[in-house]
Amino acid sequence: MNTSSNIANDFQAAGASSVLSPTRPFYWSVRRELWEFRSIYLAPAIVAAVFLFGFLISMFRLPSKMRGLDPMQQHEVLQQPYVFVAGAIMAATFLVAIFYCLEALYGERRDRSILFWKSLPVSDLTAVLSKASVPVVILPLLTFSITVITQFLMVVISSVVLMGSGLGVTGLWSHLALSQMWMMLLYHLVAIHALWFAPFYGWMLFVSAWARRAPLLWATVPPLAIFVVERIALGSSYLPGMIGYRLGSGPEGIPFSTGGMRMDHSMAVLPPWKFVLSPGLWIGLAITTGFLVAAARIRRSRGPS
Amino acid sequence: MTVIEARGLRKSFKTTVALDGIDLHVEQGRILGLIGPNGAGKTTALNAILGLTTYEGQLQVLGRDPWTKRDELMRDVCFLADVAILPRWLRVSQALDYVAGVHPRFDRVKAEGFLAKTDIRHASKIRELSKGMVTQLHLAIVMAIDARLLVLDEPTLGLDILFRKQFYDSLLNDYFDGNRTIIVTTHQVEEVEHLLTDLMFINRGRIVLNCSMEEFESRFAEVQVRPEQVEAARALHPIHERQALGRNIFLFDRVDRQQLTPLGEVRAPSIADLFVAVIGSHAMATKGAAR
Repeated sequence: MNTSSNIANDFQAAGASSVLSPTRPFYWSVRRELWEFRSIYLAPAIVAAVFLFGFLISMFRLPSKMRGLDPMQQHEVLQQPYVFVAGAIMAATFLVAIFYCLEALYGERRDRSILFWKSLPVSDLTAVLSKASVPVVILPLLTFSITVITQFLMVVISSVVLMGSGLGVTGLWSHLALSQMWMMLLYHLVAIHALWFAPFYGWMLFVSAWARRAPLLWATVPPLAIFVVERIALGSSYLPGMIGYRLGSGPEGIPFSTGGMRMDHSMAVLPPWKFVLSPGLWIGLAITTGFLVAAARIRRSRGPS
Repeated sequence: MTVIEARGLRKSFKTTVALDGIDLHVEQGRILGLIGPNGAGKTTALNAILGLTTYEGQLQVLGRDPWTKRDELMRDVCFLADVAILPRWLRVSQALDYVAGVHPRFDRVKAEGFLAKTDIRHASKIRELSKGMVTQLHLAIVMAIDARLLVLDEPTLGLDILFRKQFYDSLLNDYFDGNRTIIVTTHQVEEVEHLLTDLMFINRGRIVLNCSMEEFESRFAEVQVRPEQVEAARALHPIHERQALGRNIFLFDRVDRQQLTPLGEVRAPSIADLFVAVIGSHAMATKGAAR
């Protein structure tokens, strides 16, 4: 009896001092995602490591290759791997984003752990928003950081090699303009990968919350079926056009370059003010909001599948 | 103070009626055993209380509507189901970190204290733990939360007898303090018999018995009737009659003890025996009605 009344006192003391801010459940839910889906950071890190290894080997041939080239060709040779590695890491994280979104709200129902998550004071909307923040916030920032670190290491490696072979590094540094490249990369990631593609993440999260099985099929087959029906019955291709418009180019149909090719042009072609003012961006974000709210509502009524 | 108040709680799925108009009233400090055969509607009732499913009728848990206020309600309600709900990829330390992060009433020191008495290591993943250890972990987390209502759905399913005994012992010794309220469903009735304060039998979505344990003990009597007294016993309208080891065992509801003692040895029935009597006859009656 004595011990139990002590426990009761302890509980009262603990209860009085523990009021959590509303952002804490969100913060911990995002961390939870990183615990479960380690591919979020492992996939781009592995791509970067493999690339660095290849780059290191290519360094043995660099000095002899450089000697026979004019400055213009030297610029190409020096810059190419930087553009390539940015594109490779971006492609890796984009794939991770697709698989993550399809799994995020489906996996917790498949392994029944949704009952555990729902037994804690975290709302369905917080859970869905924390999952949406992975493709929209976490992955673009990770892509940026890992690319910057990789490119920095590449500069260090090639500087050492060029100095060792007596070629000098001034050429390399003047060709690269790294800080400008990084700014363009960040702009491209935030504008295109995070905001412009957001409706796709929203759609996949919605399907992942809804599908009883095979979310990948549910996310892809119905749009394909609509393409076919639309094509045959109406002779139009409104939906494919819409999806193509969003996947294939930026707002106002301005082509952007996934893969980081010619990233140094994207801000001139699509100035930030033009991007922020484009209706396509805001329509996309409204659609995303709709998908996420729907996903949260569906999660509320779904148990283990 | 009232913890759960339900009026005409109904839930039907496409082909079946899981809850057929249940009234439920649970006061603070009670330990309610919800007993019923498979498919009786126990889990559906618990899901409604936990805000995991929609329902018709009125339901208030700690003064809130569970369906619209689940996240708020879960500050005061804990839930422990049969072990498979902890995600297999989670580490023990991560489970503690997460609950400490999102739950304002979780006392991590206390949870660590419970875990120190077990063989569970912080670095282990859930998938590396035995079934019994996963339950120990979940129980350690739940007992470290200062909740007002604890819902246990078949908490010891598939555990060996040592773990099962230990589970209920720590629940009674380290957790229950008379202010908390517990609802437990289980098929192993004999294990919870001594800790319940209230008993509820549920069958085909309806409540067929609802009484406190004091009432249970005063209402029901089991008599080993001597062979020559069998007819006299039947005249008192027993709710159940069975034969065991050549003896006739009768179960009576609300029959005066003084009338029963001449018939043979009188004792309190076990919950399991009463369950068989009540649910068995209920099943028979509905079958008869169907005919």
